[in-house]
Amino acid sequence: MFLVMFLMTDRIGKVKKISGPVVIAKGINDIKIGEVVEVGNDRLIGEVVRVFEDYFTIQVYEPTDGLKPLEPVHATGKMLVAELAPGLITMVFDGVQRPLGRIFEQSGAFIRRGVKVNPLSRDKKWYFKPLKKKGEKVTAGDIVGVVKETPLISHKIMVKYDINGRIKEINEGDYTINEPYGYIELSNGKEIPLMMLQEWPVRTPRPYVKRLSSEVPLLTGIRVIDTFFPIAKGGAGCIPGGFGTGKTITLHKISMYSNSEIVIYIGCGERGNEIAEMLKEFPKLTDPKTGRPIIERSIVIANTSNMPVSAREASIYMGVTLAEYYRDMGYNVTLIADSTSRWAEALREISGRLGEIPVERGYPAYLPDKLAEFYERAGRVQPLGKPVREGSVTIIGAVSPPGGDFNEPVTIHTLRFVGTMWALDPELAYRRHFPAINWLRSFSQYAKIVESWWSKNIAKDFGEYRRKALRLLTVSSEIEAIASVVGEGALPDDQRLFLLISDILKEGFLRQTALEGEDIFCIPEKQYLLLKMIMDFFDKVYVLIQKKVPIEEITKLPEISEMKRVKEDERGIKAVKELYNKIMTRLEEISRKYNIQYLF
Amino acid sequence: MEESLYRILSGSVYGKVYRGVKEIRGSLMVVENVGDAGYNEVVRIIDTDGVERIGRVLETSSDLAIIQILGDEEGLQTDVLINLTGKVFEIPLSDEITGRIFNGRFEPIDNLPPIISGEKRDISGFPMNPIAREYPTEFIQTGISAIDGMLSLVRGQKLPIFSVSGLPHNTLAAQIVRQATVKKGEDFAIVFGGIGLRSTEAEYFMREFRDSGAIERLVAILNLAEDPPIERLLTPRIALTVAEYLAFDLEYHVLVIVTDMTNYCEALREISVARGEIPGRMGYPGYMYSDLATIYERAGIIKNRKGSITLMPMLTMPGGDLRHPIPDLTGYITEGQIFLSQELYSRDIYPPINILPSLSRLMKSGIGSGKTREDHRPLADQLYDAYSRGTKARDLARIIGEVGLSSIMKRYLKFANEFEEKFINQGVYENRSIEETLDIGWEVLSILPEEELVRIPRSIIEKYHPKREK
Ligand SMILES: Nc1ncnc2c1ncn2[C@@H]1O[C@H](COP(=O)(O)OP(=O)(O)O)[C@@H](O)[C@H]1O
Ligand SMILES: [Mg+2]
Repeated sequence: MFLVMFLMTDRIGKVKKISGPVVIAKGINDIKIGEVVEVGNDRLIGEVVRVFEDYFTIQVYEPTDGLKPLEPVHATGKMLVAELAPGLITMVFDGVQRPLGRIFEQSGAFIRRGVKVNPLSRDKKWYFKPLKKKGEKVTAGDIVGVVKETPLISHKIMVKYDINGRIKEINEGDYTINEPYGYIELSNGKEIPLMMLQEWPVRTPRPYVKRLSSEVPLLTGIRVIDTFFPIAKGGAGCIPGGFGTGKTITLHKISMYSNSEIVIYIGCGERGNEIAEMLKEFPKLTDPKTGRPIIERSIVIANTSNMPVSAREASIYMGVTLAEYYRDMGYNVTLIADSTSRWAEALREISGRLGEIPVERGYPAYLPDKLAEFYERAGRVQPLGKPVREGSVTIIGAVSPPGGDFNEPVTIHTLRFVGTMWALDPELAYRRHFPAINWLRSFSQYAKIVESWWSKNIAKDFGEYRRKALRLLTVSSEIEAIASVVGEGALPDDQRLFLLISDILKEGFLRQTALEGEDIFCIPEKQYLLLKMIMDFFDKVYVLIQKKVPIEEITKLPEISEMKRVKEDERGIKAVKELYNKIMTRLEEISRKYNIQYLF
Repeated sequence: MEESLYRILSGSVYGKVYRGVKEIRGSLMVVENVGDAGYNEVVRIIDTDGVERIGRVLETSSDLAIIQILGDEEGLQTDVLINLTGKVFEIPLSDEITGRIFNGRFEPIDNLPPIISGEKRDISGFPMNPIAREYPTEFIQTGISAIDGMLSLVRGQKLPIFSVSGLPHNTLAAQIVRQATVKKGEDFAIVFGGIGLRSTEAEYFMREFRDSGAIERLVAILNLAEDPPIERLLTPRIALTVAEYLAFDLEYHVLVIVTDMTNYCEALREISVARGEIPGRMGYPGYMYSDLATIYERAGIIKNRKGSITLMPMLTMPGGDLRHPIPDLTGYITEGQIFLSQELYSRDIYPPINILPSLSRLMKSGIGSGKTREDHRPLADQLYDAYSRGTKARDLARIIGEVGLSSIMKRYLKFANEFEEKFINQGVYENRSIEETLDIGWEVLSILPEEELVRIPRSIIEKYHPKREK
C-alpha cells in the first residue's frame, strides 16, 4: 500500500475545462473517484467526482477565478480524509478541515486561495498515558492509551482500523500526533509505528460491532422538545422552518445546554456572524456539571454561505466523521447541521455543473440516498475493540425550505429518515412565541421510548400528563378556529376553559426564551411540575365549571398571570411548588363558596 | 469613455488578442481557440468600428470559452477582436474616493477625473474568515421608533428593506441615512449603490444626500434603468469593494444602501437563462442563494480593526409576496428584514412598517441596559405580542363586528390602533431618541390591563409603567 502510493506521487494531468467549482482534467489514467487532487498553479484542493475514459471531473474546494486550461493537476493518492487525533476539540475548521484559526493568523481576515495548513498541529505535544502493556495483543478499535485533550475530554487512543498484532513497545510521555509512542508487530511479522494521528475517508461511515437501541433522552432544557417532542441519544431529528422562525437559535441552545458529552456544530452555508456569536459564547458558558467552558467539548465546522460551495458539500461528511470518531471512544456526541438544505443545494449546484439530469426542483435523483446515508450515521452503537463500550451520535439538522413551504424535496425526504421533527411555524414567530415549534405539526417517534426514563427518573405519571396536555392543545386549536369566526364570548364556558388553559400552556409552558434569565434551561423536574400545575388546575376547574361556576370566576384569578410567569422565577422549582399550593387553596375557596363538596 | 473603463479595469497590461467568435447569444459570446482564458477573467471586446466592450469569462476550456458581455451587446458582430487581459475585475481605490459618483462600470459621472492611482481590488472580494468576525453589538439609533424600538439595527448588521413599488422605501432609506448615529455620535460614511434605478429616484437620493450634507462622506455607484442590465451584476460588488476599503483600510463606519436588489436578481436570471442553465424556482438560478451571499456577507466587523460595514439592501417584492425567491433567499442570508406594508401605507401610516413579519436578528445583542435601556427587550416582546393579538382582534371585528368582541379583545384592538398611530407613525423629519421611543411604547401599552403584561418582569413594570410613576 505505502509502496503503491509512493509510485503514484508523480501523477500529473492537465486542466481541460473550467466552469465554476467544476473542472474537467485529463491525463492521469489511474485516477480514482474520490481521490484528492491539487488543481492549477495555485494548487487548489479538489476531489475527483467522475472518471470517463481519459478525462476526469474535479469538484474544487476553492474559488477557481483565474484558473486556466492546461494548468497542471497533481494527484495525491489520497481520498478526502479527516485527520483524527488529539487537538480536534475547540477547533474551528472549514468544510475540508482547514483550521480557520491558523488561516486567520497566517493570511488575515479574508480567506485567499491555495492556503495549505495541516488540520492539526504537528508541533504540539500531548501527554500519552498507555493503557496497554508491551506484549499484549491488540486489534482495531482497542484503546491502547489516553490523552487529556481538554479538562473535559479524555481522548482515547484507538488502534487503527484493519490492524492487529502485538505491542512491541509502548511509552508514556509527551508526543506530537505524528511521533511514534510505540511499535506494533503485525501478524505477518512486520513492525509499524504507533502514532496518535489517524485518517478516515469522510464519505465512508466508521464501522462498529453492532447497533444498540436508544432509550435515553437528550435533554435540551427546552420544554416543548423534552416534554412533548423528545429526541433520544443516538436518534436523528430535523427542524424545518422558513427564515427567522428559530432554527439557528434552537440549535445553538442545544449545542450550549444539552447534556451531550461532545458537540460538533456544522455551520453549513449559513451566516458568518452566527459562527462569530458561538465563538464568543462558547468560551464563556460553563458546563453545569464541571464548571468548565463548553468550548472544551466542542468542535465547530464553519463553511459559511460566502465560502466555496463545494467545500460546503464536504462539510457535512467531515462533521459526521469527527462525530463517529468520538463515538467510538465511548462518548455521546451531538452533531448539529445548520442547514442541511444548503448542503443539498450544494449537491444540486455541483450536479447541475456535471450535467446530470435533475428530477425534482433541480435536485439530482440521488438526493434521497444522500440524505438517508447522512442520517443513517446517527445511532447508539458498540464500537469496535476493547474494552467493550457504548457511544452514540445524535444528528439534528436544520432544514430551510424555500418560502417556508414543507412540500419540497429536502423536507419531504428528510422526514423519511428522522425520528423527530420540530416544525417551525411563522405565525408563532411573528407573534414572538419562541420556540416557534408548532405543537400540532411536530412529531417524535422517541416519545414512547424515552417515557420510561421520565417515569423512572422524574415522575411515574409524566406520560399521562404529557398526553393529556397534547390532547388539550389539539382540542383547543379546533375551538380557537370556531372562536375566530364567532368570537370567544359566544362559546360555552367549558370551551372557554379550554381556551384559557391552552393560553396558559402556551405562555407558561411552551413559550421559553433563549436569551436570558432563569428560563433558558429548564430541568426535567421543573418541566414536570409546571405541566402538572397547569393540568391539575384544568382538572379541578373543569369540575367547577361542570358544577356551574361561571368561567369569569376563574379568568379573573390573579394566579393565572402567575402561572404564566412562574417559569421565570429565579427560585426555580420552589416557586412552582409554592404557586401550586396557592392555586389549590384558591380553588378550594371557590368550591367552598359555591358549595361544591367533592373537589378536594 | 470605454477606453477609460478598459484602463481602469485592466490596467495597462495588454494581453493576447484573438479572433474567432463562433456565436453571440444575447449577452453571451462563444469564442473558439482561445487557449488560455482564465475563469472569470476580464476580456476586452473590440468591434470593427473600434468600439470597445468589456466581458467576463464564464466558462473556459482549451478550445472554447463562453464570455459574458457587459455593456450593450446590441449591434455586436462575430468579427470582433477578443483581448484577454489576464485579470479579474478590479477597481483602483484611494482616499480620493469620498464624495465621488460613478456609474455601474466605475466610470466617474461627476465630471471629475477617474481614480487611477491606488491599490487595485478584485470586486468579487474574498470570503471573510468567520473566525475573524467581531460579533456586532453596537446599537444604531435611526430615530425611527418602529426600527429602534422593535427591530433595532446594530453596527455591522445586514438588514434589508422589503418593499413593494409605490411604497415610500426611498423616503425611509433617506431618513435612515440622515438620522443614523451611534451613542458616541460618530458619523457614517455612506456608500450608495443604485441598481437599475430610475433617474428620478437617483436624483431624489442625490438631492437628499446633498441637502443633509451626507454627500461629503458619500460614494455613489449609479446603474440607471437605461444602463445595460448586465452591469447590474457589478454594481453591488463595486459598492461593497469600496465599502470594504473605506471600512477596513480607512477605518470608517460605513453604511451601505443598495437598491433595488430585485433588478440585480433579474439580471442574474437573464444570464442564467441565456446560458441554458437548469432553472431553479421561478426561473432564478439554483445558485442565487450563494451568489447573493457573496454580496450580503461582506457586511460586518473584523476583529481588532476600527471600521465596520452596515448593509441595508432594499428590494421590491414581486407581487408583494414575501415568499418570492428574491425576498426569500435574501431573508435566509440577511440578519433580519424590515417589511413595508401596503395596508399600513393606505391608512397613512409612515413608515408603513409591519413589525410582525419584520425581524432584527442582531437586536438581542445591541439593546438593554448600558446600550439602550433595561426595559427595551421585555417591552418590545410585550408590544409584539399585544400587537399580534390586536390585529387578530381587528380581523375578528371585521367578521362579527366590534360589539361582538370580548372586553379584553376590545382593549387589544384599541391598543393596535394606537400603536400604529402613535408608535409606528411619525414624521419624515421626526428624529426620536430611543428613550422617547420606549416611553411611547409604554404609553400605548398602558391601554392594556397590567395582568396582561406577563412578558415583562414585575420589577420593570414597577419602574417604567406610566401608571406607576409617582
Ligand atoms: N427561543 C427563542 N427565544 C427568543 N428569541 C428567539 C428564540 N428563537 C428565535 N428567536 C428570535 O428569532 C430570530 C430568528 O431566529 P433564528 O434561529 O436565527 O431563525 P432561523 O435560523 O430559522 O432563520 C432570532 O434572532 C431571535 O430574535
Ligand atoms: Mg438560521
